[in-house]
Amino acid sequence: MNGPHDLGGMHGMGPIPIEEDEPVFHSEWEAKVFAMSFATFINYFPVDETRHASERMPPGEYLSSSYYERWLYALELLLAEHNLLTPDEIESRIAELT
Amino acid sequence: MTSHHHRPESEIALRVKAIESLLVEKGIVDPAALDAIIDTYEHKVGPHIGAQIVAKAWTDPEYKQRLLADGTSAISELGLTGFSSEHMVVVENTPEVHNLIVCTLCSCYPWAILGLPPTWYKSFSYRSRAVIEPRNVLQEFGLEISDQVEVRIWDSNADLRYLVLPERPHGAEGWSEENLAALVTRNAMIGTAKVQLPAAPVAA
Repeated sequence: MNGPHDLGGMHGMGPIPIEEDEPVFHSEWEAKVFAMSFATFINYFPVDETRHASERMPPGEYLSSSYYERWLYALELLLAEHNLLTPDEIESRIAELT
Repeated sequence: MTSHHHRPESEIALRVKAIESLLVEKGIVDPAALDAIIDTYEHKVGPHIGAQIVAKAWTDPEYKQRLLADGTSAISELGLTGFSSEHMVVVENTPEVHNLIVCTLCSCYPWAILGLPPTWYKSFSYRSRAVIEPRNVLQEFGLEISDQVEVRIWDSNADLRYLVLPERPHGAEGWSEENLAALVTRNAMIGTAKVQLPAAPVAA
């Protein structure tokens, strides 16, 4: 499928963001998004479906999100599509925690 | 970072916390399993695994032949096959050819052999530019590749992942496999660096 993820050969993306001694994760939420995705794609949906889910992100959002924000989008989408967690449940829980 | 966040970090962190608490409550994920996954990728898998494969190939010519002919089997022979590295092709750097690995579509990378990819590997700029202006990209890593040297780019995908077998540095003749492995960096196995001897001499 053609989409914003098909970046090979595109111009204008700027210099390579090289970071010395980079940590594996840059925050706790990144680590948790990775781990929850890993745990669910082992048990509930294949990893290919996760990648495809991130490719279904609207192009403008895809290009303005960080790597793990795209993973988070894919995770939420698949949790909803597989009837594991609804967007309403997430919003209610956020309200409770706020 | 690759790109700016369009949402504040604290907002994302809260959202992730909400999802985690719901998934744990519903029994969909086990908190101990999440910790184990994070620990594995933070502390257990990483470029030291790929470095063992490279050092073995440098010291055992027959192994090197097997590795280049069938990377998947040769890596499996060392018991180093793992998730996201099930099908592997190993490409050799020589004085005539420099290989560079990218995943233009996302971030495919041999996790079990190199760990999770660095931010630059997942960045839009590396993904877009590596295939169209690799020599400029390599310059940004401080690597000048002579025009006489052919640059080959390998675009990874979900089912097939690549590893660069870097050139063994001159001056490391007779070194043990272990000492050689310590020289091999992540970037050298992606193709954005060469393997260098340490500045100060190290006893072999």
